[in-house]
Amino acid sequence: MKTLIRPALTLFILLSILTGLVYPLLVTGIGQALFPKEAAGSLIERDGKPVGSRLIGQNFTDPKYFWGRPSATGPYPNNAVASSGSNLGPLNPALKEAVENRVKALRAADPGNTMPVPVDLVTASASGLDPHISPAAAEYQVTRVARARGLASETVRNWVAQHTEDRQWEIFGEPRVNVLKLNLALDRSQAEKHP
Amino acid sequence: MTSHAWLLLGFFLLVLLTLIKPLGIYIADVMEGRSTWALRLGDPIESATYRLCGVRKNEEMGWLHYALAILLFNGLGVLAVYALQRLQLWLPLNPQQLGNVSPDSAFNTAVSFVTNTNWQGYAGESTMSYLTQMLALTVQNFLSAATGIVVAIALIRGFARHTAQSVGNAWVDLTRITFYVLLPLALAFAVVLVSQGAIQNFAAYQDVTTLENATQTLAMGPVASQEAIKMIGTNGGGFFNANSAHPFENPTPLTNFFQMLAIFLIPGALCHTFGRLVGDARQGWAVLAAMTILFVVAALAVIYFEQQGNPLFAAAGVDQAASATQAGGNMEGKETRFGIADSGLFAAITTSASCGAVIAMHDSFTPLGGLAPLILMQLGEVVFGGVGSGLYGMLVFAIMAVFIAGLMIGRTPEYLGKKIEAYEMKMTSIAILVTPLLVLGGTAVAVMTVSGRAGIFNPGAHGFSEVLYAFTSVGNNNGSAFAGLSANTPFYNVLLAIAMWFGRLAVIVPVLAMAGSLAAKKRLAATAGTLPTHGPLFVTLLIGTVLLVGLLNYVPALALGPVVEHLMLWAGH
Repeated sequence: MKTLIRPALTLFILLSILTGLVYPLLVTGIGQALFPKEAAGSLIERDGKPVGSRLIGQNFTDPKYFWGRPSATGPYPNNAVASSGSNLGPLNPALKEAVENRVKALRAADPGNTMPVPVDLVTASASGLDPHISPAAAEYQVTRVARARGLASETVRNWVAQHTEDRQWEIFGEPRVNVLKLNLALDRSQAEKHP
Repeated sequence: MTSHAWLLLGFFLLVLLTLIKPLGIYIADVMEGRSTWALRLGDPIESATYRLCGVRKNEEMGWLHYALAILLFNGLGVLAVYALQRLQLWLPLNPQQLGNVSPDSAFNTAVSFVTNTNWQGYAGESTMSYLTQMLALTVQNFLSAATGIVVAIALIRGFARHTAQSVGNAWVDLTRITFYVLLPLALAFAVVLVSQGAIQNFAAYQDVTTLENATQTLAMGPVASQEAIKMIGTNGGGFFNANSAHPFENPTPLTNFFQMLAIFLIPGALCHTFGRLVGDARQGWAVLAAMTILFVVAALAVIYFEQQGNPLFAAAGVDQAASATQAGGNMEGKETRFGIADSGLFAAITTSASCGAVIAMHDSFTPLGGLAPLILMQLGEVVFGGVGSGLYGMLVFAIMAVFIAGLMIGRTPEYLGKKIEAYEMKMTSIAILVTPLLVLGGTAVAVMTVSGRAGIFNPGAHGFSEVLYAFTSVGNNNGSAFAGLSANTPFYNVLLAIAMWFGRLAVIVPVLAMAGSLAAKKRLAATAGTLPTHGPLFVTLLIGTVLLVGLLNYVPALALGPVVEHLMLWAGH
């Protein structure tokens, strides 16, 4: 046993320093040298001030903005220091109720819209911080946003199309729309017209 | 099943199988100290390490010595991880001034990360300082992975050697696997992750003013470096509470594909390392074939059932059909960028391997979509399994399979020229039976006690599934959860830690004992009466044995949870 203690202790300390300090610092150095924006959180600035990260979903309730995925983070939605899903099971009455209420809210915000509601627009994301919605979920909201902004539906639809990303390398993931980037583009386009 | 899902699964398997052979050869060369470019390049640092540690690299250990070294090394890990959590408030790199972790949670997390389980009772971004994440958790991401791999290598040596008294040198094995395999892979992968948007910094949490003029605080930290080894070492403990669903951990579908590959990379490659070191590559391919078949069936099941969606939403006017503009299906607890196919595939991968990282919340899966991950864990984490632990677990089942075949034809069973006798069968029995005992015993205790039931979140049969999933996950060192369960209580922290510790070490010690006993045996020449262990017949026998043992143990418990829930969900539809 005695012959084991010295190598165990020394090797443990050595490998701890190597994998727990040297390695993360090395990744930080390389990461910040090659990809400084990404390493810092892919922040988006407007007028020199950070308005969010392109990777982190924000809470939108104004009808002129596209709304993102429902967020189950506590104590308020899209809390980016408490990422979480709802963990509601498929048979949990609370899940059915939440989905029905979200459908009602969407219908109330756009009474003329009779399209079926895309599922991702009424179900909570896994992280509570999902920055994306499906193109179907964006299409569902086009008429509401257009009306609230006094724009033609076709104009808003064009903005959505410009912000729709396809599957990465045509095989990975799903087509999606980045909600924050789309809303920023809409704000910017209208600010330019009406300074 | 959409055509996209088939394409994704096919492409994943193609890339994986292409990478397995070269990496398998490389690991074999490094672990056997053959003269490769890597060993020559690293020799100065490696030799200096041995000098400092007082290790003579050609001095071999018997199995008991080897096992003691591993136990001691892992014991030090538990102490270090515990201490760093308990003292983090007074240590540097804690910009959020996060307080010291409670004793029971710190104990649970220490055992969890040392045993490669990476069960998480805490939420990373509101609990752990950057120093704790790095010097406690990232370190164990490496060292627990190294532990699993060297135990598998020792068992392989048991088969490869004959009339030998030793199974290798634990210190040399741990050093080599860390230096030459885990560190380079993790470093490369971490940089790829940062390039796609995984964060890597030491900044305090960042405030932004949103478009609707609210303040949103963004959690920061050295994420990518931990994320990389979390997948490569099949650890699975996330920097953040939402784990790999968090966009800062897994920002794009591309990083997600790499994460899936990273989980299976070493468990797959070790199959070829095994074939190569026992001198017959076909033996490794046979084990890999059995793993792949079981995995593909499970992956198809998860994707299929998640794509079915939730029948209760139909009446509310919700569109769950897959189309060109949406993934459809059961999107509760899933991310838009991953949809159903990627989320289902990831769930099967992370529970086949004992990884436990998640990109979707398993608690919100459909009953049968959640049943498949449960079964994959209950088979003993041998379908690829954890790094090293998957292979040694599967070899234990291979021994069981040749034993059953031996009983059927009335011959003394042999595997790879080694006679399987009473001693090996005793060790095999312990290794196979210890996890069902912990899982079913733990579940029974939890559902019978007030403190156990207090943690349950979802009502009905699903609540039972939450508890069953928790003990299945920790007993088999997976670490994923039906995360609605409130497990950060003294009751669960202590009980689950016990299950993790014995689920790991009560398998490792018998496996090493078997390695010692096998190494000491003579190698018998194959005769006409020897059961070949590299063809389709053996692959079928191996799959049958794994399924038989797994299902016999767990069918009654599964019937009470997911099966009942499925019948209730679809009743009247």
